[in-house]
Amino acid sequence: MKSLEIALKCHKIIGGYGEGEALVSHEPICFYLTDPKTGVVRERSHELAGKNLAGKVLVFPSGKASSVVQIDGLFKLASHNVAPRALIVKDVETVLVVSAFLVKIPLVDKLEKDPLEIIHTGDFVKVNAEKGIVTITKRES
Amino acid sequence: MYLTKEEERILNGEFGEGMRKAIELLVAIGDAYGAEKMIPISRAHAASSGQEGDLYFVELLADGGARCRVPTSTNPVYDIGYFHRLFDSIPEDEAEVARRVMEAYKRVGAILSWSCIPYMAENIPLYGETVAFSESSATPYVNSVIGARTNREAAQSALAAGVIGKTPEYGLLLKENRKGTNLVNVEATLKDEFDYTLLGYYVGKRIGYGIPVVTGITRQPSTEELINFCAMSNVPGAISMFYIPRFTVDASTIEEAFQGDVPKDKITVTDHELKQAYDELQTTSGRIDFVMLGCPHYTLKQVEEVARLLKGKRIHDDVSFWVCTSATTKVLAKRNGYVDIIEKAGGHVVVDTCIDEPCWIAYKDKVGMTDSPKCAYYRRFKEAMVARLQDCIEAAVKGRWG
Repeated sequence: MKSLEIALKCHKIIGGYGEGEALVSHEPICFYLTDPKTGVVRERSHELAGKNLAGKVLVFPSGKASSVVQIDGLFKLASHNVAPRALIVKDVETVLVVSAFLVKIPLVDKLEKDPLEIIHTGDFVKVNAEKGIVTITKRES
Repeated sequence: MYLTKEEERILNGEFGEGMRKAIELLVAIGDAYGAEKMIPISRAHAASSGQEGDLYFVELLADGGARCRVPTSTNPVYDIGYFHRLFDSIPEDEAEVARRVMEAYKRVGAILSWSCIPYMAENIPLYGETVAFSESSATPYVNSVIGARTNREAAQSALAAGVIGKTPEYGLLLKENRKGTNLVNVEATLKDEFDYTLLGYYVGKRIGYGIPVVTGITRQPSTEELINFCAMSNVPGAISMFYIPRFTVDASTIEEAFQGDVPKDKITVTDHELKQAYDELQTTSGRIDFVMLGCPHYTLKQVEEVARLLKGKRIHDDVSFWVCTSATTKVLAKRNGYVDIIEKAGGHVVVDTCIDEPCWIAYKDKVGMTDSPKCAYYRRFKEAMVARLQDCIEAAVKGRWG
C-alpha cells in the first residue's frame, strides 16, 4: 500500500524543525492543564482529555488562559522533555508566541489549507518552519 | 517585518546575546501579527511572577548583558525576608526561584517596584504614549483610564520591549483596533468600589474577549473603582480595553467609542445581575482562618480605610490578617500612622507580594475571606469567600462570617 504525502506551505512564527505523529484538537489548548511530567491532558471536559501531547505535532485552533499559566505550562512540559515537537495553529496570539519561543518549539500558522480539516490524528507530520513547509503523510487506512 | 539597520545589528548579536534574544522574540511576535515595523515605546511593565518560565527568560537577558533602555517596572513576587521570618514551610526550591528572579530583574536594570499597580507611582504612562504593559489588570487601566496604548503583553514580551525600547506595531497600538465591540448598559446602582468589582467580574464573564463600552454610569468612578473594574473583568474574561464615555478617555459618546461600528451585542446589568455575581462568590460560611486584602495592591486610600475600620479593634486570635501593597505606599501609610493602627490590631501590611506565590503555603488548607475575586481565583487557599471590605473586617474581628 502506498501512502499519500501532501506538502503545504505555511507561515513561520518560531523557526526550527519538528516531526511526529499528529494530534489534532478542535478546541483551544491550555498547556497548564496537562500533567507536566507526562504530557497527558488533564482538562476533563476537553476533547483531548487523557491523550498525550509528548512528542506529537500538535494541531489546534488557538491557545487560551492567562499568559502566566500558559507559558509556565509549556515550559514545565519542555523541562520534563514531554512537550510537543511542533505546533500548527490557526489563530496565534502574543502569549502563544512567547510560550513557543521560550521552549524553542517550531510554531507555524497560515497553512494553505485548514489544518484542522486536512490533518488527522495519527498522520505523520513534518514541520519545517525555516522553509515554511508542512509535509503530511496520511495514516494508512 | 521591516527592520532598521540598528535592529538588524541587534538581531545579529552585535549588541550582545541578551539583546539578541529580546529582539528575536519581538520579531516573532511582529511576524505573527504581520506588523510592518517596530515603533519606540516610552516605558514597559513586566509582570514578573517568580515562575520557572519567567526566571529562564529574565536570566537569559541579564546573563546576556541586556539592560532596560526605557523605564521598566516589575510585578510583585514576595517579600522574602518578611515571609521566611514568619514561616518555615515555604519550599526551598520555590524560594530560590523567587530570589533568582528578583536578582535578575535588578541586573537587567528594571525598576524594582514589585507592584501590580505601577501606574499609580513608580512608572506612570502619559496620555498618548506607546508602552508595553503586561499584567492583565494594568493593561486595560493604561489603555482606557490613562489613554496610553499597549497590547495585552506577556511578562517576557514586555521585558523584551523594555530592553529594546521598541515593540512591533500591531493590535491595540492601532486606532482601528481600539473600537468598542460590546455595549454594556448599567442600570444597577453602583455605590462603592466593591460594586465595581462585581460589575467587572460580571462583564468579563459575559463578554469573555472584547472591548466593552459601558453606559449608564452617572458619576466619575474613583481610581480604586476603575482599578477593580480592570482587575476583575480579567478574572473570568480578557478585557484589555474598555470605554465609559465621558469618564474615560478617547470617547465622549457611545458612537465615538464604536468608531461608527454597530455593537456585536448588548447586555444590561441591573442590581439583580450584581447580586447574582455576588452570590456566586459566596462559597461557604462559618469560621475563618484569614483575611486577605490588596489584590490588586491596595492604594494609600484603601490602606487608610482599613486603618479607619480597624481602629480600636482587635483581630480575632485565630485569624491572620493581611494587606498587600507597594513599598512606595507602605512608606506613606507608615508615615500617616495607618500601618501602626493595622499592626496594633494584629494585622500585617506587606509589600512586594502577590497572592499567586508560594509564600502563602501555610494557608493552603485554610478558609478565609477577601474583597477580591482575583485573589480567590488563584486557588492558593482551600476556600476564599468574597465580600465587601467592611464585612471582611467584621469577620476578622469575630473570627467568623455569616
